[in-house]
Amino acid sequence: MGSTSAHGENSNGEGFGRRDLIKRSAALGLIAVPTMSFLSACASGSDETTKGNESKVAITKENPFGVAKGSKLDVVVFKGGYGDDYAKAWEAAFDKKWGTTSSHLSTQEITSKLQPRFNGGNPPDVVDDSGAQQIKLDVLATGNQLADLTAVLDAPSLDDPSKKVRDTLMAGTVEGGMIGGKFVALQYVYTVWGLWYSGKLFKEKGWAPPKTWPEFMDICQKAKAAGIGGLAHQGKYPYYINVAIMDLIAKKGGLDAMKAIDNLEPNAFADNPVALEAVEAIYEIVEKDLLMPGTNGLTHTESQTQWNQGKAAFITSGSWLENEQLKQTPEDFDMQFLPMPVLPGSKLPFEAIRAGAGEPFIVPEKAANKAGGLEFLRSMLSREWSTLFAQQANSLTVLKDGVDPAVKLRPGTQSAVAALKAAGDNTFNYRYADWYSAMGTELENASNELMAKRIQPKEWIKRAQAAVDKATKDPNAKNNKRS
Amino acid sequence: MSHVVNSKGRGGFIAGFLILPLALYLTFVIWPYVQTFGYSFTNWTGQSPTFDFVGLDNYSALLKDEVFRGALLHNLLLLVFVPTVTILIALFFAFMLNAGGRSGAGGVQGVAGSALYKVIYFFPQVLSLAILAVLFGAVYRSDEGGLLNGFLTKLGLVDPAHPIEWLNEPNFVLWCLLLVVVWHGVGFYLVLFSAAMQSVPKDIYEAALLDGAGRAQTFFKVTLPLLWDSVQTSAVYLGIAAMDMFVLVSTMTSGQFGGGPDHHSEVMATVLMRNFLYFGKAGYACAMGVVMLVLTLILSAITLRATRREHVEF
Repeated sequence: MGSTSAHGENSNGEGFGRRDLIKRSAALGLIAVPTMSFLSACASGSDETTKGNESKVAITKENPFGVAKGSKLDVVVFKGGYGDDYAKAWEAAFDKKWGTTSSHLSTQEITSKLQPRFNGGNPPDVVDDSGAQQIKLDVLATGNQLADLTAVLDAPSLDDPSKKVRDTLMAGTVEGGMIGGKFVALQYVYTVWGLWYSGKLFKEKGWAPPKTWPEFMDICQKAKAAGIGGLAHQGKYPYYINVAIMDLIAKKGGLDAMKAIDNLEPNAFADNPVALEAVEAIYEIVEKDLLMPGTNGLTHTESQTQWNQGKAAFITSGSWLENEQLKQTPEDFDMQFLPMPVLPGSKLPFEAIRAGAGEPFIVPEKAANKAGGLEFLRSMLSREWSTLFAQQANSLTVLKDGVDPAVKLRPGTQSAVAALKAAGDNTFNYRYADWYSAMGTELENASNELMAKRIQPKEWIKRAQAAVDKATKDPNAKNNKRS
Repeated sequence: MSHVVNSKGRGGFIAGFLILPLALYLTFVIWPYVQTFGYSFTNWTGQSPTFDFVGLDNYSALLKDEVFRGALLHNLLLLVFVPTVTILIALFFAFMLNAGGRSGAGGVQGVAGSALYKVIYFFPQVLSLAILAVLFGAVYRSDEGGLLNGFLTKLGLVDPAHPIEWLNEPNFVLWCLLLVVVWHGVGFYLVLFSAAMQSVPKDIYEAALLDGAGRAQTFFKVTLPLLWDSVQTSAVYLGIAAMDMFVLVSTMTSGQFGGGPDHHSEVMATVLMRNFLYFGKAGYACAMGVVMLVLTLILSAITLRATRREHVEF
């Protein structure tokens, strides 16, 4: 998740066409046989050069991985919703400190650019493996292409050398980077999900940000009376409205209700009054005609832009929203994050939010300058670099209190920081969409029908449970369990 | 020109030229097909080099897959309408442009300004499908900003608070897409038919006119029979396009690789891609690919056979 403008579910085939696929599979077939021997020759040949490169640099407290002065560092970043300005700033800072020369490549085509390099045994030193064309981490892990990053976790933090890096991270960061029991990916961006509104609009109209569902509905009614929509959502991608539905379920029923869904329990949705109440609450918006007109058929950028133009009071999204909409947001818009308002009798408080780490950074096992790569990741987890990221990419990192309080953030990011502070330990994060893509898709289809008023909440529950029951037959179902 | 080259030598000479293209064709066209066929009997995930042989499991699962069956039905529906509508409109326009004008002293000619029309009609063909998807995305946009909705709202036919969500309406979405394909195709087939019509000797038309044939009679008794080869080829091409539809559906409709709302615009290619790249069921997707290939081959054969007629020499 959180891979910004190219969140998995949004890649509507622009990136990787079937024609490309056919071309590529054909090309693979053609080169596979003759290149086998060539590649193996390459791999064995490069071993010696890497040994030569990793010269004996004394390992000290300041230089725990032994970065060599004058070495080269090869960085590849995914240029998505966060841009790549932050990476350029990092590389400049790194070169200054270590006397290295960094080469920078930013691209959206991670797979096609890097596959040959991984196969050829000369991968870059740091990769932001994200976006619609990321190389799947489990594939890289199986091929032993990922360096174990545990050393970074156990190295001293740059801000406070008495602390280990691992103790400066947000909860869930280490778990989020584990594959097959090894920590191989640093999920760097901390994302929160919920509702967003314009501080300016609310001030003008004298509306207070709602904390309960009746208050939320009240503002939607007032918005309608004022001639604008209540809730906008990115109708062409029902992923977003499912954030609202699932947040209501988790907040009303507590973490058990969330785990029941992730663990594919037979009563995750069926005979679960909490789930039905949440879906009915969302459906009430549709029934009372409080959606922004036409929002069901709009893409994410279309509906977000409409919302930026004051055509709706609220919109659902993750915290990449501010950076994604940077150009479309009016100067005085004052974007604000709002945790999902709670239904009466909710187990979690209003402050509770969905939050989690995303955007994996990796160091390839065969990287020529592995020490440099590891040091780069350690530097990313310093307050200086984390602040740079927050400023340049308008998003939070997994570093606890990772943003210098003296730094002025954009209003949306600032409000997300405040909400995260207020939430404290009350954060939650669903896993089902990562674990069971088919189930995620079926829930999205059902929600699309619900929002278009073609099915009723009871029918939604029925379809959702059917999707859960189907997912239990997935071979992954026995490995993916959470408690 | 050498007269000495005997036929045997010439054969070798030609083969020398053909080896490279043939090798290219085998590796880039035939070999992927063979691979797909092989993968369709495995549980390959598309993300890992290892897989098991599962026999015909994928094919039997395919028979029970309601989404795929729905997609097949949509493809068949398109198969009926895309060629028929496109060819009829293209024929009508081509006839009007070439032989539909007032029969002046000179005999057969198109309507006034037909040379200009021909260029204009060809415009849509110049646009790539990706541009087309963006263009028609703006036409069908689901709020007042959409061309259709904006127009209908101005006319007072649509309530601005409840615009028509063209591509999010189960009953409209397939027809909306059909319209795009037809809009795109008519120009090309118009030019194709025009060229065929121009090769029909004028005196045949003149004879028909002298015998007192009207426009309709000229069309059905003279033009259409002489154009039959072109029409037949067009039907095969358009039929194959109707079996595909991937680009338009995947970019214009909702859902991972399109197909929404709730599978109402699903075609076989979108189901295939979703299974291949999103659900990690590459073996299953390959089975779909094989089914698509076989169906397309059968349909081409049927079309060519069903439309076979005696050639009219002229």
